[in-house]
Amino acid sequence: MKSNAVKDLLKHRLAWPVLALAALLLLNQIFRPDFLALRMQDGHLYGSLIDIMRNGAPTILIALGMTLVIATRGIDLSVGAVVAIAGAASCAYIAASPEPASPSTAAVAVLVAVAAALLLGAWNGFLVSTIGVQPIIATLVLMTAGRGIAQLITGGQIISVSNDHYKAIGAGYLFTLPVSILVTAAVFVATAVLTRRTALGTLIEAVGINPVASRLAGLRSRNIIWIVYVFSAVCAAIAGLMISSNVTAADANNAGLYIEMDAILAVVIGGTSLAGGRYTLVGTVVGAFIIQTLTTTVYTLGIPPEVTLVFKALVVIIVCLLQAPKARKLLGSFRPARQVVVKETPKEKVAA
Amino acid sequence: MSALSTLAKPSTRKATQARTRLRASARYAPTLATVGLFLAMFAVGSGLYPSFLSGQVFLNLFIDNTFLIVLAVGMTFVILTGGIDLSVGAVVALSMMVAATLLQQGWNPAAVIVLVLVIGSGLGFLMGLVIQYFDIQPFIVTLAGMFLARGLCYVISLESIPVTEGFFTGMAQAQIPLPGELFISPGVVLALLIVAAAFFVLHHTRFGRTVYAIGGNEHSAMLMGLPVKGTKILVYALSGLCSAIAGILFSFYSLSGYSLAAQGMELDAIAAVVIGGTLLTGGTGYVLGSVVGVLVLGIVQTFIAYDGTLSSWWTKIVIGGLLLVFILLQRLFARKTA
Repeated sequence: MKSNAVKDLLKHRLAWPVLALAALLLLNQIFRPDFLALRMQDGHLYGSLIDIMRNGAPTILIALGMTLVIATRGIDLSVGAVVAIAGAASCAYIAASPEPASPSTAAVAVLVAVAAALLLGAWNGFLVSTIGVQPIIATLVLMTAGRGIAQLITGGQIISVSNDHYKAIGAGYLFTLPVSILVTAAVFVATAVLTRRTALGTLIEAVGINPVASRLAGLRSRNIIWIVYVFSAVCAAIAGLMISSNVTAADANNAGLYIEMDAILAVVIGGTSLAGGRYTLVGTVVGAFIIQTLTTTVYTLGIPPEVTLVFKALVVIIVCLLQAPKARKLLGSFRPARQVVVKETPKEKVAA
Repeated sequence: MSALSTLAKPSTRKATQARTRLRASARYAPTLATVGLFLAMFAVGSGLYPSFLSGQVFLNLFIDNTFLIVLAVGMTFVILTGGIDLSVGAVVALSMMVAATLLQQGWNPAAVIVLVLVIGSGLGFLMGLVIQYFDIQPFIVTLAGMFLARGLCYVISLESIPVTEGFFTGMAQAQIPLPGELFISPGVVLALLIVAAAFFVLHHTRFGRTVYAIGGNEHSAMLMGLPVKGTKILVYALSGLCSAIAGILFSFYSLSGYSLAAQGMELDAIAAVVIGGTLLTGGTGYVLGSVVGVLVLGIVQTFIAYDGTLSSWWTKIVIGGLLLVFILLQRLFARKTA
């Protein structure tokens, strides 16, 4: 009976990502016994786990938006460029305003970034839904041109700002926790409630599973597609605000560089298929944590930082291989017949 | 532009002849539009800047972009099958790093080049294997390949390594004189030979027809008994090989190895292929179109260099704009022929 329960658990779509994350955290704990410990200092929580969450916040945010886009069979390559544009727009606004340190300036700067994101997201949505361009190409346009636009806004310089209210978004604390973690959590909860407690989530999945059938069923798939691209861009803009406020500067060249890749990886590792359809927001968050923990692990294990990418590549390959249906079938074919359940669990453990 | 005018005609219902002509011209239309755009840009440049209209400016487009031409050739094969290869830029950097390091240690340049080509095509082959046998999207696999290749660069060295070896510096400075006081570099000859070989393979061999068939409809291709599996794997190996060759060519050009080199070059290659008229869905496109696509990207840069007042970021914005125009054009043609 017991092994049956284990088997059922392993069948759950989140089982493999969670196992991978647990294994990574355990590995860290073994090498640094105080890894999982949290401590209070000056009314702020500190610890490796908090660091992982804080550093991973922008990736999680973007990955949340990306999850919905991918669920509609799309992909959004432009998020990195949107990160750069959002940071550039808000910092340029603050730097040019008459009162660069006032809270209202910071608030307007945030609005400017979000407004820019609405525009950029609507543009992507327009290309994909109205013109009918393949998502990967449609967003490639903005990915290429977006960094140029960001550089145009900053004039090719790195714009530094000194506004404490603006700085709070990426580096501030509230209720002992970093603001960025709270913002990310709020977006996660809002997304989960909006898509899972209403029909929106089902509609998004329907568009991803079969666009034609969902249209014939009377679904306005165009509007759904607009919504997910706009949402993705807004998430990217909030992430861009975090990144630029954390360093109180806008760097059009390097802000959010390759973050689209990390976000897509987080979604895939989390168990959402790039082919669209069923998605899991929790899985995406776990996926993003895996990616962030990997980076931390490299430091914990004392691996030279230049090896990080190789390490990351290997883990990505292993996780993707484990999730590939064909690889599972291959693993399955080594198993004894289905009735002999008892022998099965150790095999699964080996694979984990 | 002439392609556009032929397209407008058949609406005056001129029997089937015109329709078949339309189909034929619609197939070439995106590529012809690219050629037209290139000529127009060259003409505008010549009007604005007196020294623009010279054979050498034209040849410099090739000399400065040899590596991109070779990359675009490999990318065309991959995209024609409906796949994508994001690893090419990182493989270029890895090839440069390996070459620079081994040359510094006194290896024979011929051995170095052979080894680099083996590494590049080996990486591509492995990615192809994973894509084919584990059924994971090319996007993810080649992304992991990109991380791996870039990571290996960092492992080799974080510093830039100069290349001082005689053969490489010789290739960097070598000029092949052409009549009329023009010249090209040996790299251009190599790149053009590769383009010619790719053209032959795509249009006159079984392998080439299979590449088009897979892009058209992979399932049908398989049911027709075409060697889909092997072809798909080979296409990625080919792209890896092209990346390695591009890496060697880039070494000739820059005479160094640097782990951050060629960042974002995969995007340039994809942009060149799309601007050259190849559909990212696969099945339609020409390798010669990709070459013209590279030349268009090159002429945008030349423009900005000639102008002097435009900042470098305009390159990105213009390339993005061009991508947009060509995507919209492709949609237009796809709708008309459908």
